[in-house]
Amino acid sequence: MKKNKATLSKYLVSGVAAVALSAGMASGASAADNGKFRVGIVTFLSGAAAGPFGVPSANAAKVLVEGLNKGNLPAPYDKIGINGAEIEAVIIDEAGGATKQVEEYRNLVQRQNVDAVIGYVSSGDCLAIAPVAEELKTFTIAYDCGTPRLFADNPDAKYMFRTGLDASVDNIGAARYLAATRPDVTRLSGIQQNYSWGQDSWADFTAAAGKLLPNAEIVEEQFPKIYQGQYGAEISALSVKRPEIVHSSFWGGDMEALVLQANARGLLEDATGLLTCGEASFATYKDQAPNGMIIGARGPFGAFAPNNALNNWFKGAYNAAYDLDPVYPATKMAQAILGLKFAAENAGVADKEIPTAEQLTSGIKGATFESVSGTVQMARANGHQAMQGITYGEYHYEDGEASIVNKVSFTGECVTPPEGVSAADWIADDFAGAECK
Amino acid sequence: MTSLLAVLIDGSIYASWLFLVAAGLTVIYGVMRILNMAHGSFYAIGAYSAASLIGWYFNNGVGPAWMSYLLLVGAALVAGLIVGVIVERGLLRLMYGRDEILMVIITYALLLILEDTMKIVWGVSPYFAYQPYTELGRTAFGLLKVSNYDLALVGVSALLGVGLWAWLERTNQGKVLRAVIHDREIAVAMGVNVRLMFTITFVLGTTLGALAGALTAPAISVVPGIGIEVIVLAFAVVVIGGLGSIGGAAVGALLVGMSRAAAVHYAPEFELFVIYGVMSLVLAFRPEGLFGRTMARKI
Repeated sequence: MKKNKATLSKYLVSGVAAVALSAGMASGASAADNGKFRVGIVTFLSGAAAGPFGVPSANAAKVLVEGLNKGNLPAPYDKIGINGAEIEAVIIDEAGGATKQVEEYRNLVQRQNVDAVIGYVSSGDCLAIAPVAEELKTFTIAYDCGTPRLFADNPDAKYMFRTGLDASVDNIGAARYLAATRPDVTRLSGIQQNYSWGQDSWADFTAAAGKLLPNAEIVEEQFPKIYQGQYGAEISALSVKRPEIVHSSFWGGDMEALVLQANARGLLEDATGLLTCGEASFATYKDQAPNGMIIGARGPFGAFAPNNALNNWFKGAYNAAYDLDPVYPATKMAQAILGLKFAAENAGVADKEIPTAEQLTSGIKGATFESVSGTVQMARANGHQAMQGITYGEYHYEDGEASIVNKVSFTGECVTPPEGVSAADWIADDFAGAECK
Repeated sequence: MTSLLAVLIDGSIYASWLFLVAAGLTVIYGVMRILNMAHGSFYAIGAYSAASLIGWYFNNGVGPAWMSYLLLVGAALVAGLIVGVIVERGLLRLMYGRDEILMVIITYALLLILEDTMKIVWGVSPYFAYQPYTELGRTAFGLLKVSNYDLALVGVSALLGVGLWAWLERTNQGKVLRAVIHDREIAVAMGVNVRLMFTITFVLGTTLGALAGALTAPAISVVPGIGIEVIVLAFAVVVIGGLGSIGGAAVGALLVGMSRAAAVHYAPEFELFVIYGVMSLVLAFRPEGLFGRTMARKI
């Protein structure tokens, strides 16, 4: 069992608190003009994505909001709340699909009168919300979803921003990590969840590997159904092809089950696993993942976040509240909230004044701000999409302690397509203009 | 050759798991004519109970590793018994005699209630009970390495199938149960306590569901929603075999297991559709399933 009774109790308390907070806000819609900055937080509080993504993200939001309201954060975020106004968070569940989320978004904006919305793990939800954010003229930050289509489909987006990285970066970074650490690999394989996330991830990875590892061939690829849980046949199919690398964009329970089963059957001893979302379960693998398994955190997040004052404060506060270190979705939520605070305080409005959506957009568009993950440049998609580097490393477990070794970082310019160029075109063009240090 | 061997081994393992999952569902339908949508929740409750108990057992170093296998079964029996009695006595007993469709809706409501109850009890973070899975080691068949726990699951499933068959065919209680399956009204007229048989059957079905979950828990990450995924597969298996037929569930599981393993190895792009492809094919020629009986419907 993963956690002890005390931790379980904390989750239960936080879960109940989230529901109570949501309920409280629902009845307090008239408090829109109470001088507080009201922000809608949308993430999974139920369903399979709640455990690995939603709950850590919601917990991070609570830690950040409490810390900001008390003025506990280090500079440059030591001003109370957002621009001096206390933050009021409305946390709602992302479960239920895109149609429901559009309704929930409209409720947040039109009935709850939020000043901004931060949310969305699911790419489908992000894509559905983007045009509604424009219609309702509401400042919105997509904190986790990875689809490159967010701005490709909405090139004129004014109110939608993303402070995390898109999925192409994960897989270009993964291929670059292999090229840097294992340039002689020749046999690649992959297992992906059979929906757009898995298919797009595999397409980006194989295209990038085709350029960066010219001697490598794809010996096997498997696309089991999402949430399948049992991967016996897939592990056999991979094993008999004797791959050197097994790439996977699995996440959550599927990823944990895959690692457990593949490790028990020796696949991850004979081949090296490469998990682009692997850091999310960093604390739970223990001795059930082999040393040397390559893991990523979809950017410089979670266990890959740098040792800076902001991250040290965040890790300390999160750990004090939940007895756990923050995983990458939690760091990404913290980054989005800091992005919102930066936007408000960079908007040029008077102290304690709540900026309009237009002022918020002008405060962050194309800007550079400091975050728990280091410096964030809003340098893509006309200043709406963050650009940062990405780090991969190898899982290592010894004497009851998990760590990440052999870390290699790549700059944003090394893994991000130039402005206006798709990942597929950039890779096909041999990463033209890439600046890799 | 290696792939063929892999298909046989993987197909057998998957089929045995499917049979474990589907057996309880088909037993309940066979006797009670209830298409139990909440069966997946019983599976999840078994998995959570087993993972909690195994976690406690190993975290506290209570005893030897082999005892954990008994704990898996024990957790399933206790969880299945408690939940089965509560649901049957507290809910289903009040609904007997209603239309089958209404019972589907009632058990669907039960599924939603139990899913939320599990979140309140166990939270949303993953639970692991991997020690029984890794403790048994693995066996190599050339390039193919197979977990001994998975191989043992084939034996457990076969034993369970034979046990259920023997109970139904060779014991007095089984004969009474078959009488209820055959004609409920005649059974009542002959003095059979049908309500008691319903209770026994439902508790047996929930315990089988919980046992499937408990035996699966060591190989997976136990997270919210695992029961929902399972119920679709279980329905496919029992529909192929014929609703209410234990033998049908076994054959259905074997058909689906082998077809899926073959698809994964030889045509992975069809893996997603193969289960439903087999189901469609069977239903096209035998709408009542392979071992189902065509029955006149009372209007």
